[in-house]
Amino acid sequence: MKKMRKKVYMTAGYNTISLGTGRREFNPKKPRPGIEHYIKEAGQGVLSQIGGAKNVDESVIGNFMAGRFNKQGHLDGFIPMIDTGLSMKPAVRVEGACASGGLSLVTGIRHILAETSDVVLSLGFEVQNTVKAIYGADILALAGWFQRRKTGHAYFFPGQFSDRAGAYYEKYGYERTRKGMARWYANAIENARLDPTAQEYHNTNPDPYGTALKMQPNGKKFVDHLTVLDCSKVSDAASGITICSEEGLKRIGVDKKDAVEVIGFGHAVRDITKDPTDLTELETIKFAAHQALENAGITIDQVGTVETHDCFSIAGILAVEALGLAAKGEGADYVAEGKTGRNSDLPFNTTGGLIGWGHPTGGTGVHQAVTIWQQLTGKAGKAQIEISPDRPYGLTINMGGDDVTVTSIVFKRAE
Amino acid sequence: MTYDERLQNVSVLGAAGKMGSGILLLTAVEMADRALLPENKGKTFVLNAIDVSDEGLAGLMNYLRVQVRKIAEKKTVWLRKMYADRDDLIENFDIIDEYIFDVMNIVRPTTAMGAAYGSTLVFEAVNENRALKVKLLSQIKQNNTKDVWFFTNTSSVPIHLIDEEAGLEGKVIGFHFYNPPAVQRLVELIRTDNTKDEVVEFAYEYAKNLKKVVVPSNDFAGFIGNGHFMRDGLHGIKEAEALAKEKNIPLYKAIYMINKVTQEYLIRPMGIFQLMDYVGIDVMKFILDVMNPFVKDEDLHSDLLDKMLEQGVKGGQYSSGAQKDGFLKYKGGKPVAVWDIHKQEYVDIDSFKDECDEMLGDLPDSAVAWKSTLRMKNKDEVFTRFFNDLKAMSTLGSQIAVNYGKRSKAIGEKLVSDKVAHSVDDVNTVMLTGFFHAYGPINNYFD
Repeated sequence: MKKMRKKVYMTAGYNTISLGTGRREFNPKKPRPGIEHYIKEAGQGVLSQIGGAKNVDESVIGNFMAGRFNKQGHLDGFIPMIDTGLSMKPAVRVEGACASGGLSLVTGIRHILAETSDVVLSLGFEVQNTVKAIYGADILALAGWFQRRKTGHAYFFPGQFSDRAGAYYEKYGYERTRKGMARWYANAIENARLDPTAQEYHNTNPDPYGTALKMQPNGKKFVDHLTVLDCSKVSDAASGITICSEEGLKRIGVDKKDAVEVIGFGHAVRDITKDPTDLTELETIKFAAHQALENAGITIDQVGTVETHDCFSIAGILAVEALGLAAKGEGADYVAEGKTGRNSDLPFNTTGGLIGWGHPTGGTGVHQAVTIWQQLTGKAGKAQIEISPDRPYGLTINMGGDDVTVTSIVFKRAE
Repeated sequence: MTYDERLQNVSVLGAAGKMGSGILLLTAVEMADRALLPENKGKTFVLNAIDVSDEGLAGLMNYLRVQVRKIAEKKTVWLRKMYADRDDLIENFDIIDEYIFDVMNIVRPTTAMGAAYGSTLVFEAVNENRALKVKLLSQIKQNNTKDVWFFTNTSSVPIHLIDEEAGLEGKVIGFHFYNPPAVQRLVELIRTDNTKDEVVEFAYEYAKNLKKVVVPSNDFAGFIGNGHFMRDGLHGIKEAEALAKEKNIPLYKAIYMINKVTQEYLIRPMGIFQLMDYVGIDVMKFILDVMNPFVKDEDLHSDLLDKMLEQGVKGGQYSSGAQKDGFLKYKGGKPVAVWDIHKQEYVDIDSFKDECDEMLGDLPDSAVAWKSTLRMKNKDEVFTRFFNDLKAMSTLGSQIAVNYGKRSKAIGEKLVSDKVAHSVDDVNTVMLTGFFHAYGPINNYFD
């Protein structure tokens, strides 16, 4: 991938709450806000920080399956609904399953690099609580190859990652892996409690680690190798951020200290019709994340915080290995030892990640960028971590499907 | 005839009723599940849903569709395996819809009794009326062309009487579901001296497949569940009447107080008057009238129940499951007023609650709410502490509660000594499972 030939910044991030089980205001029996509400809230949340819609050149909206969750297509048509100032301006919808948010970001970055825009509004959302989980599983399964659906599990994606977890247990040991997965869950909950928009913000379990460790996978009730605590929940949420050039930053009147610079990024896609060559490895994540680091010209030990795609706890552990932080088979120990915790040298998913903050599939990639922007510019509130000067970079990894589409971005506070 | 063969043609009488619809649902699902097994491919299963009301049957089909969906959603993993050979069924959506169709496709709603003449198994869930039950079952027995077995859902009529009067030749068993059958796990199974062993064996297998808890009861009017509840309810009425007299207060206040004590002091899911409303004052009287001729040393009758019914206050539930007003008036499922039998109107609980609560006195600090005990691991310890505290107190509430607990135990013990129940455990299981009590009536807490 070519080096970035122009400076690209991100700023003015905004997250709605992640609504779903766990949030006190969530009641499955009562009507809830629809996609219009989420798109509008996230869009306006960004516009209010950048001097309004007049400053936006074009918009990108990432979403996975509104066509089925909400029976709504043609999503770029909702951009002018956010603000009439966006009317008669370009907008595009992008889709790459759960990496749709990441695609929204890299598409925006490319618009800046291509010099067709100076200010891009990037959004991502999903509203999934419209159907019960058993039907939601069908919809999310479309992130896999449909010809594999018939033989797949009723809960298709938990089934896919259950197979990965099962392979990992067999190869590297059940007990030690479960310890790592339980620690991953506990970190997610503890971090989410620090972010008022997180789905697990209201979680009061005094011992999430103990709970997760005690709960055993039960194939008769769910999938063979994962418990529900190993899985991200069903979420309704949207996130938005501004992507801009140096000129754009000036136009919207945001100080550089309040922005992050995109130092490099990676973007790779694997053949969806092929099974993973090794169930205990996330090869596309490995490829795209290293591509991003290389593109940025840095190494992983210069990174101060990572937002990785932990749709399942095992994906978090495999990402640790893909990043080269632990050897194959040792990622679980790395996590169990607290090395991804918020007080470690390299904290992961500091606002809870997908398991703790929530996983509005098409919105997750943008949410990750918002969290990194908050952390690097000191806007993370109670979730704020300390960014040390020798580790000034933030990294995101957003995955679509079973390691099929991956975007990865390296950020640094703008100077 | 194998289990599956017997299930190939079944009829439910009273299928649109409160109990009948639940029995129909569970049986339809069991039959559909059997039909899905590889060894039963190509076999036809028929379930006649027989009822006098066309309107009721239309409602039944709606109820079935909604309930079967819920059931299917919970066993999609299994259904995917059962439909693995159907290339046209790919998503959970497809599979669940197909299963709903397969279950509904077994059911034949009809008002014609003749449909049961080809059945090998007949469930009877009509009104608690001995003459009606006998008439219907004998008619089917006379016209049926198969070796037909009868399962009766009676909650009080002795099975041997139905057997003898309808000429069923021992091919009948009491299979008493609790309300609502789709939710309640308890089934009381009542065989007579004449009931054939193969009928009993089949009944156990069927109950097991429905994931029910079976408690065998002897064939005495009322069996275990109503044997206890009817007497417990009558005791509640007597206590309320005595309290009104003793304290010189209106009966409605005493009803409020006894209801409160039986719920909060005895840690039950609802007070005794609310439970009588839930069952239905009319249903309760029906059952008492069936039971009373068979008991020698007591009179199972209440003038107050007669009076309530004369005044048109019946309790019971709407078809939506919402509670109808009875002794108590309900708002959002909670009691808000009590029926004044003299003025024939409801009196708001708020208007006299404080005065009555004061008379009862405070609960000890060790009190727990029924709901909080559901998942408690040290229940016995908690109950022992609380009831010991109650016994040590001299408030009116604690005294009524302790006496009530003792009476409840005596009723339970009498069911065992009268040989209605086989054991103490069976009595306790019925009250724990069928009535959701937090502890069995036969205990040592009140001694």
